Amino acid sequence: MKKMGVNIALRAAAFAVLASLPAAGWAADLKIGFSAPATTLDPQFHNASQNIAVSRNMFDTLVQMDPDSRIIPALAESWRVVDDTTWEFKLRPAKFSDGSPVTAEDVVWSINRPATIPNSPSSFGIYTRPIVEKKIIDDRTVQLKTAAPYPLLLADLTNVFIVSKKATEGLTSDKFLTGQGVVGSGPYKFKSYTPDDRVIMTANETYWGGKPAWDNVEIRFLPNDSARLSALLSGEVDVIENIPTPDLEAVKNNKNLVVAEKMSHRLIFLFLDSGRDETPGVTAADGSPLKANPFKDLRVRKAVNLAIDREAIASRLMQGLAFPTNNIVTETMQGYVPAIKPAYDPEQAKKLLAEAGYDKGFRLVLASPNNRLINDAKVAQALAQMLTRVGIRTSVDAVPFAVINTRGNKGEFSSVMMGWGAQTAEASSPIRAMIACTNKEKGWGPVNWGNYCNPNLDAVTAKALNTIDDAARSKLLQEATQIVHDDVAIVPLYFQANTWAAKPGITITPRMDERTSALMFAPAK
Amino acid sequence: MVAAHIPTGPDTAEVDQPRQSIARKRIKAFLRSPGALFGLLLFLLFLLLAVFAPQISPQNPYDLDKLDIMDNMLAPGAMLGDGTVSWLGTDDQGRDMLSAILYGLRISIGVGVVSVVIASAIGAFVGIGCAYIGGRVDSLAMRIVDLQLSFPSILVALVLLSVFGRGIDKVILALVIVQWAYYARTVRGSALVEREKDYIAAAVSFGAPRWRIMLRHLLPNCLPPLIVVATVQIAHAISLEATLSFLGVGVPVTEPSLGMLIANGYGYLLSGKYWISTFPGFALLLLVLAINLVGDRLRHVMDPYSDQNGN
Amino acid sequence: MLVFLTRRLIGGLLVLFVTATLVFFAVFALGNPVDVMVSPDADQAERAAAIARLGLDRPILEQYASFLWNAVRGDLGNSFVYGKPATTVILERLPVTLELAIVAMVIALGIGLPLGIIAGLKPSGLSGKTIMSGSILGFSLPNFWIGLMLISIFAVQLKWLPSGGRGPTVDVFGIPLSILSLEGLKYLILPAFTLALYKTSLIIRICETGTRTVNRQDYIRTARARGVPPGRIVTVHLLKNVIIPVITVMGLEFGAMIAFAVAVETVFSYPGMGKLLIDSINRIDRPVIVAYLMVTCLIFVTVNLIVDALYAVLDPRVRFSASKA
Repeated sequence: MKKMGVNIALRAAAFAVLASLPAAGWAADLKIGFSAPATTLDPQFHNASQNIAVSRNMFDTLVQMDPDSRIIPALAESWRVVDDTTWEFKLRPAKFSDGSPVTAEDVVWSINRPATIPNSPSSFGIYTRPIVEKKIIDDRTVQLKTAAPYPLLLADLTNVFIVSKKATEGLTSDKFLTGQGVVGSGPYKFKSYTPDDRVIMTANETYWGGKPAWDNVEIRFLPNDSARLSALLSGEVDVIENIPTPDLEAVKNNKNLVVAEKMSHRLIFLFLDSGRDETPGVTAADGSPLKANPFKDLRVRKAVNLAIDREAIASRLMQGLAFPTNNIVTETMQGYVPAIKPAYDPEQAKKLLAEAGYDKGFRLVLASPNNRLINDAKVAQALAQMLTRVGIRTSVDAVPFAVINTRGNKGEFSSVMMGWGAQTAEASSPIRAMIACTNKEKGWGPVNWGNYCNPNLDAVTAKALNTIDDAARSKLLQEATQIVHDDVAIVPLYFQANTWAAKPGITITPRMDERTSALMFAPAK
Repeated sequence: MVAAHIPTGPDTAEVDQPRQSIARKRIKAFLRSPGALFGLLLFLLFLLLAVFAPQISPQNPYDLDKLDIMDNMLAPGAMLGDGTVSWLGTDDQGRDMLSAILYGLRISIGVGVVSVVIASAIGAFVGIGCAYIGGRVDSLAMRIVDLQLSFPSILVALVLLSVFGRGIDKVILALVIVQWAYYARTVRGSALVEREKDYIAAAVSFGAPRWRIMLRHLLPNCLPPLIVVATVQIAHAISLEATLSFLGVGVPVTEPSLGMLIANGYGYLLSGKYWISTFPGFALLLLVLAINLVGDRLRHVMDPYSDQNGN
Repeated sequence: MLVFLTRRLIGGLLVLFVTATLVFFAVFALGNPVDVMVSPDADQAERAAAIARLGLDRPILEQYASFLWNAVRGDLGNSFVYGKPATTVILERLPVTLELAIVAMVIALGIGLPLGIIAGLKPSGLSGKTIMSGSILGFSLPNFWIGLMLISIFAVQLKWLPSGGRGPTVDVFGIPLSILSLEGLKYLILPAFTLALYKTSLIIRICETGTRTVNRQDYIRTARARGVPPGRIVTVHLLKNVIIPVITVMGLEFGAMIAFAVAVETVFSYPGMGKLLIDSINRIDRPVIVAYLMVTCLIFVTVNLIVDALYAVLDPRVRFSASKA
């Protein structure tokens, strides 16, 4: 019954795909199913991944990340480090979609603009703030100066879209929704936008990278997993991102679909509250209050790390699309330590707990989001199973992302499962935000929900962030990762996978960051 | 003394006799409908299953120690790692669906019944109070009731639960808040009619205290319509809880109700793993249907305008 | 008539005010919007700056006061995530949901009215009993579950209809509608049917009761005795009297339909108002949540008013008396 249902569905889908081919004619059009809706078209209004993913089709950045999250040229064809705090960028002869050339003045305008946007719920200013001085050398050369040596400048600039000064001066962000001001130098030009439904674009014939692969591109917002997949199966869209894991097997076995997958930069991990003397979600095995916070004891944190069967989560819940790890960044990123491998040893975990004085175990509430990460609430329940087996009787508090953020920032959790995507493609990104000691002045540890604090780690990380030389910085970041690992500052679980499925005739270039765009797809030769 | 001849209310010995026979007639009329009988038996069966779930379930689905993720997504009839057979299959956590449904029934029925009992108690109190006291208190309370009723319960519950967070107690609280107004209005209606009857006037002239009149005289006579509304509302509350759990603001994930089980299986529908969503769905459907069959018949039987057969 | 309208309007405004106040304070308990919307890369300074930009650092009573002041002038604030007026965000979705509700209503009336009258004319017959039992089933099926079952049958197994989303639209006076094209209607069938099921059962029950009551009245008996054909009795005498309670209840239910659409729109990922509410709650887009509930409240007040007016037109015995206020 089960097999048959799927077969019928797939055969029908195959038919639909075949039937739709002639209708598409020779015009190379692409319809992409996105899993999150863009809510704005001003590329500098709301710093959120779903908005950036849409902006990328129409706007350029100075530099960009390649599929493996390494920095490559974009609008800037080259750059050089003038001194420790000065960078010089040379622009390509590129044109905006209104025909005007992209000049150094537009670049400076675009770097200044984020800080001036009113009501921005999340500003791109965090990327432009380190730049203290902008100097126009000539029409196609610009120099950027930072207050202190800042090696992450390039990584930050991959998020700063270059807008046309002429088109956006004096324009409020909501005007962009009608297409006004949506003037970029990217491969596609804006045509129309329906909120929570779709964005339609056409090829930008004057694109510096040559004629784009598609004449017309339509992005459909299909946040519901089943709806997104059905849209692909019925031929309403040509490609989708984030294949729902329950259906992965069927999609992979479907000869009328091509599938691409790649390890994501998004690390899934556990915060353990190792900083406070008393922690809210922990009680003794009999339910009575517990005087001490067990997670202050390194042995308990190690026990948690050993109690988790990451392979089981990957194979049983994630259909193999999770990459177990004990590192905090992926192999291609600075700060990865090859020697650090995840281990699963429940017996050793029990022994460590007994040594720490918890031979009877204790009770724990594990919080997790239920609408954010792939299978988040399901993984949290599986973690609870595994922790319960070694004696930590765990219950799961799965709540919407909105709630988990508010409660997490208030310090309401003893342990919580979260995800982190290292946008800068190196280890200081997760360390600075959520492992370093919380320090308002420095701006470190804003989301350190584990209350971990190790001045030594901070010092090593700070040194790395002042080192422009790549090799030397890389070594320092590895040192930092080693500290995080030895101290079990967080419990890394696995890297998520990014997945795409398309109808045949489309080649997919999978990416490590989660930014799906039309640039990733091309008609097969 | 004239007092001896004044009837003091339907709860005296004289009136007890006809009341008994009315009740008997109504029970007879109720049982004459095969559908209602079927509904009643089905509901009793569900009730038994829910009460004895810990004894009859092959597995305790709430004890994470008993679940094994290596048993997950097994088709109906498969054998679990510990040798027991899972007749209805397992879900993504390796939870035996049969056990999960039996425990889910407990939560669903529990949430439905408890919320209705609390809400109807509050409603009865407010309704009788309003009818008896009247005046400004009455009109103010009824404006609040109107406001409450004019707003869709699911919206109210959704916002309440988003605000309060999760937990079975909070679901019950939200259900009570969205339901009490129905009862208040129903009880007030019948209490207004009863208030005008002679026996109340008699009791008042006797100098019986207010609370005694409300409790001993008004309340018993307002009960029949209250019971009818309550029966139907149990089904409604169960459905509403299921919907809220489905929308992600209901009971905790590790203690799933029927609605939560359906929601968990939703993602697996397209991939053909039908058992996760379908079986709890049927259980929910049958449960709600059973209660509605009983409630529908009760309404007919209690309706003073219906004939002897309850038509 | 004028007194009636004035009283209703004042009452309606009062209800609106109370709703707005309750919801305004309730959304504060939902959480801090900036915690959700700010980029994970943001440090403490940027978080504080975002809170200040959105005006969330001001005391709550000051925020409430300025909200009320703006609301009186018709401005319910800007959506945090869309960066444009919350009312615009909602009104853009209104036709999408209305389309769904109207199709559902048409289905419910089309099935419910005739079945209810048949059941009412022959209450003891087999058809009457079947219809009435069927209506209990219709009451019992949880909305979202029906949606799931319809998807798995008609979209997954049979592949006849799309599983979700909104179909292609045709612009009518600048409003995109999908109701006008066959392809667009295809997307509406499953969600509308799901939404209609409960209403159909409700209409059947109301019609049945109404028909039975009217059927016993003397003038129907007289008409029947005088040999008026049964078809004419039904259309002229019965329908006129049965339709009034149907309109009353359906008017109220039309508002509730928007509420139930929350579940149905989630199941079918239909980009209507219900989905906007769920999304806004998840993003803590406070202005949209408050404005949404005010708009629904307004719809209720208006629908009630229209229902009462219609009632008076259809039934000359009802006058616009003060007691209806």
